[in-house]
Amino acid sequence: MILLINTDLLVIGGGPAGMTAALKAAKKGAEVIIVERYHELGGQLIKQTHRFFGSKNEQAGTRGIDIAQGLTKEIQNMSEIKVLTEATAQGYYEDKIVTVSYQNKFRKIRAKRIIIATGASEKMMLFLNNDLPGVYGAGAIQTLMNLYGILPGKKVIMVGSGNIGLIVSYQLLQAGVEVKAVIEADSEIGGYLVHASKIRRIGVPIYTGYSVKSAIGESFVKGAEIIKLDRNWQMIAGTERFIKADTICLAVGLRPLVSLLIQADCAMAYVPELGGDVPIRDENLKTTNDQIFVAGDAAGIEEATAAMLEGEIAGLKAATEIGYLSKDAITESRRLKKELRKLRNGPISRNIRKGLSKVRGDDNVKKNRYSHLR
Amino acid sequence: MVILMNEDKIVCRCEDITLKELRDMIADGYTRLDEIKRALRLGMGPCQGDICLEIAAREICRMTDKKMEDIKMPSKRPPVAGIKMSELVGDNQNEK
Repeated sequence: MILLINTDLLVIGGGPAGMTAALKAAKKGAEVIIVERYHELGGQLIKQTHRFFGSKNEQAGTRGIDIAQGLTKEIQNMSEIKVLTEATAQGYYEDKIVTVSYQNKFRKIRAKRIIIATGASEKMMLFLNNDLPGVYGAGAIQTLMNLYGILPGKKVIMVGSGNIGLIVSYQLLQAGVEVKAVIEADSEIGGYLVHASKIRRIGVPIYTGYSVKSAIGESFVKGAEIIKLDRNWQMIAGTERFIKADTICLAVGLRPLVSLLIQADCAMAYVPELGGDVPIRDENLKTTNDQIFVAGDAAGIEEATAAMLEGEIAGLKAATEIGYLSKDAITESRRLKKELRKLRNGPISRNIRKGLSKVRGDDNVKKNRYSHLR
Repeated sequence: MVILMNEDKIVCRCEDITLKELRDMIADGYTRLDEIKRALRLGMGPCQGDICLEIAAREICRMTDKKMEDIKMPSKRPPVAGIKMSELVGDNQNEK
């Protein structure tokens, strides 16, 4: 028994990008279904107990969890939006239908337009005993600590000094966990100086040019052996040092979740600056499949503020294409794009800009690691 | 304590495949991810390769002198996540 549901717009993923996309399209009159895997909307925002900063216009000074609650409430008040939680989009088929597992039934959804906002997964790292209990991803630690109020351990080694590594380190310290060290393979700290300063002031050492050689322990983590790297990121023998800890937290990057986009035959490009394989798209986030838009981390790893703007741009364009025309759509879209450009203007976004330049243009064909499937 | 060799790092957590197994495969001439997937079950567990395929791709690049963008990735097919048979075929006891 397979149920078929028709709708104007299907939004896959109820994180920051998916929520703003759905809201924007619904406000223009479109009938929207959001498919969300978790039991509530919000995506990564619901774990983000810290205040946002970056763009002054886009929710700076607000905690991620409050942004999620605000958007969720707004969505609940829109009769045009139907939210399916604990629902997993399972596949995209040639007849332009998406299948979804929901309430123990396999459903088919036929939408005039689809916005894929599936987010990202955490990258893993190769070191000895990396499967020992006590080795966590930073996302898992945030879920345990900030959603369920469970401490992951007492002494943590943080691997990765990007913003996630630094912020989660600070959250661990706030929760009373000892952060023994932050390990960074690069010669420089990856995240914002303001986050790094905060944890340095508390006395947490940050080892740049170091990596984890092995996790130490029999049935659970008792520490880690870290090792110095040379300029080519090769381990320098004899520079090992042992750090005692019961938890190793990996914050070594994210990778866009693009399975559905590949199934939908969207042309892809391998762009390391954006986290891996991402879909080629235009300035409205439309992919090479005319039915499909992308937004948020699935389009390339960035911060939630960028994801929210991308969602709005895609949602607005999708609504227009479905036929919900509004007088101000063009100026509104222009304003959103300008805001997004401004957000990506700083020196910190240099890599993002470089990555984005690769998702347009003709030389992409060479970088499509899925072209042989088309 | 179980002593692991340096190459016994886990590459694919879903299927417990080690770096040594992966390197042996590549050395044996299995230089396409698709082949390795079929031979080792790498990327065929619950995460469907979201975690291990990048690591495996990098290893192929290192051993065969290729660039990451030249690696051909295995196909992605539905279903994206695990699914119960009863979901697919329906529950015959309750529905006719």
